[in-house]
Amino acid sequence: MSPLSLSAEQLTKRFDHFTAVEGVSFSVQRGEIYGLLGPNGAGKTTTIRMLLGLLRPTAGQGTVLGYDIVRQPEEIRRRVGYVSQKFSLYPDLTVAENFNFYAGVYGVARRSISARRGDTLALVGLADQEPVRAASLPGGARQRLALACALAHQPDFLFLDEPTAGVDPISRRALWDLLYALAASGTSILVTTHYMDEAENCYRLAFIYQGRIVAEGTARDMKEQQMQGQVVELDCEPLDRALTILRQAHLFDEAALYGSTIHAIGPDAQAALVQLPGLLADQGVTLHSAEVIAPSLEDVFITRLRHVDQSVHSPA
Amino acid sequence: MNTRLWPIMRKEFIHIVRDPRTLAVMFIIPVVQLILLGYAANTDIRHLAIAVFDADHTAQSRQLVEAYRASDYFAISAYVNDESEIARLLDGGQVRGGLIIPPGYADSLLKGRAAQVAFVIDGSDPSVAGTAFAASQSVGQAQGVKLIQQRLGVDFSSLGGIEVRPRVWYNPDLRSSNYMVPALIGLILQFLTGLFTALSIVREREQGTIEQLVVTPIRSWELIVGKIIPYVGIAFFDLGEILLIGVLWFGVPVRGSIPLLAAIALLFLLTTLGTGLFISSVTKSQQEAMLVSFLVLFPGIFLSGFFFPLEAMPAPLQAVSYVVPLRYMLIIIRGIILKGVGLPAFQEQVIALAILGPLILIGASLRFRKSLE
Repeated sequence: MSPLSLSAEQLTKRFDHFTAVEGVSFSVQRGEIYGLLGPNGAGKTTTIRMLLGLLRPTAGQGTVLGYDIVRQPEEIRRRVGYVSQKFSLYPDLTVAENFNFYAGVYGVARRSISARRGDTLALVGLADQEPVRAASLPGGARQRLALACALAHQPDFLFLDEPTAGVDPISRRALWDLLYALAASGTSILVTTHYMDEAENCYRLAFIYQGRIVAEGTARDMKEQQMQGQVVELDCEPLDRALTILRQAHLFDEAALYGSTIHAIGPDAQAALVQLPGLLADQGVTLHSAEVIAPSLEDVFITRLRHVDQSVHSPA
Repeated sequence: MNTRLWPIMRKEFIHIVRDPRTLAVMFIIPVVQLILLGYAANTDIRHLAIAVFDADHTAQSRQLVEAYRASDYFAISAYVNDESEIARLLDGGQVRGGLIIPPGYADSLLKGRAAQVAFVIDGSDPSVAGTAFAASQSVGQAQGVKLIQQRLGVDFSSLGGIEVRPRVWYNPDLRSSNYMVPALIGLILQFLTGLFTALSIVREREQGTIEQLVVTPIRSWELIVGKIIPYVGIAFFDLGEILLIGVLWFGVPVRGSIPLLAAIALLFLLTTLGTGLFISSVTKSQQEAMLVSFLVLFPGIFLSGFFFPLEAMPAPLQAVSYVVPLRYMLIIIRGIILKGVGLPAFQEQVIALAILGPLILIGASLRFRKSLE
């Protein structure tokens, strides 16, 4: 088993009247890309801030690269890289100057900065952009520069907070290729996102909702083992009427539009499939096809969320 | 040297040189302010326009008018034939005063009676009126004494009595620029360092880069010191700039020790940088920081004795002025430059700065650290 790069145990953060994170536990192994997935405000950023020693946990504990997050935050900060949501760079500084600044504050020796800069900027594809001001870089390039700055000191652990928000798909793909290369060379990576498709890129992931982890594991694991119920994909028309009928009929727990199809989720899909054609036909809906399919991550999370909301709103 | 300070300072320096507006404010504004205040904030009263209504039309009355004209305080801009004409000119602001010599002036003099003349003064600007008031009296009295001496044929100085010979020290010509230019050094140091420190930190908050900085190994004191030092450098550059212009252009005498001035300026800068740091920790945008700076700095200027003497202020305002660092700095600067005095002369002020400086800076640093969380 690879050594542990990060462990969080029952991390909890309460603000005055509000619990942002409650009992969050997970671990990241060396060279692993771990995803924290969840909607905005779910507690992802608060969790990262605790792990970086910026916020003191109300309860629980954690280590990053073997250092305690409460007692040794400076040791941690020296060894990790962090790319914030807005990939904050200095717009009036050039690509090279931005890099030099971060390399400097991370204590990279002055004589080795320019070599580091050459290597790192080449890695992120900005080698020929050194004299360009950060302000005039397109979004994708800015994000790669932010990543380069976070890698200036060759960190063993990389935190990325929503690194792909507002970045075009091609740049997103390029970023993930970079992350895989980094992970392969032994860097551990913790990435937060609210994009489902992106979460599938992670080796393992945790789904955070209202400050709690509601599902954790590999994407495949989640789809195969943590899915409660089955997913039926319906190709029919008109979609909106079909959706209304499905929601009223209680054949399934959940029904939602999924592109030009409907995904309906229920505990016993086979039984429902028997009744379905007649029900739809009665109301004038043409059913082209209906089949049980493998769930997507989104399907998994929709059912998990439903489960959480029910337990919150009607405590049994 | 601490290795993390250098990159912060270098980065800050690049920010400064890349922003033409900042550069202009830093290097040109002091000159503009100096020229403006050096000339405009001039309370020296010279050649005040007056109107003369001479109803006597005698050699004696013309002598009196000539005495006023020669005094340098007044310039006769109109001779009128009616008292109401003087009122009209005063109303219109064409003249600031009027000399009225009634008929029979010379007659009274020749008969050995006290001759009366009237001098009307526009009191809407008290400082102008005050000077005009005193000047109108002294010119008249001198002329009176002269007439009596002529009449008696004696020289008063041979009769004993008291003669007051005022001697004005430090600024013998009572030139306002000698008083204003040194004070301007304090004012500009405060304005530049306070405002620009606040702006440079708030800009990081606006850009979101501060979020990035707090996860680096930078400690908050390193960030503060690294950001402040370039502005201290500029403040000292401005100090030299103002002194040079003050000496070469306005002829302000520098009598004291410049190294002493620089050393105390450093102490003073602790208070202004601390104020800037504090402002940055309570504001979220550069615009907000700008407004708060004006809110904090302006009352400070009035309570520092820059324009108006503190002694004349009501007690509660005087009490507030004790926490205004500029108050002490002005006394020190004026002391060093105009009086050429040293540390013993303004010990108390230096002690006050030595207490206020660390107090403000430490308080602001704590507030700033909290604002990072």
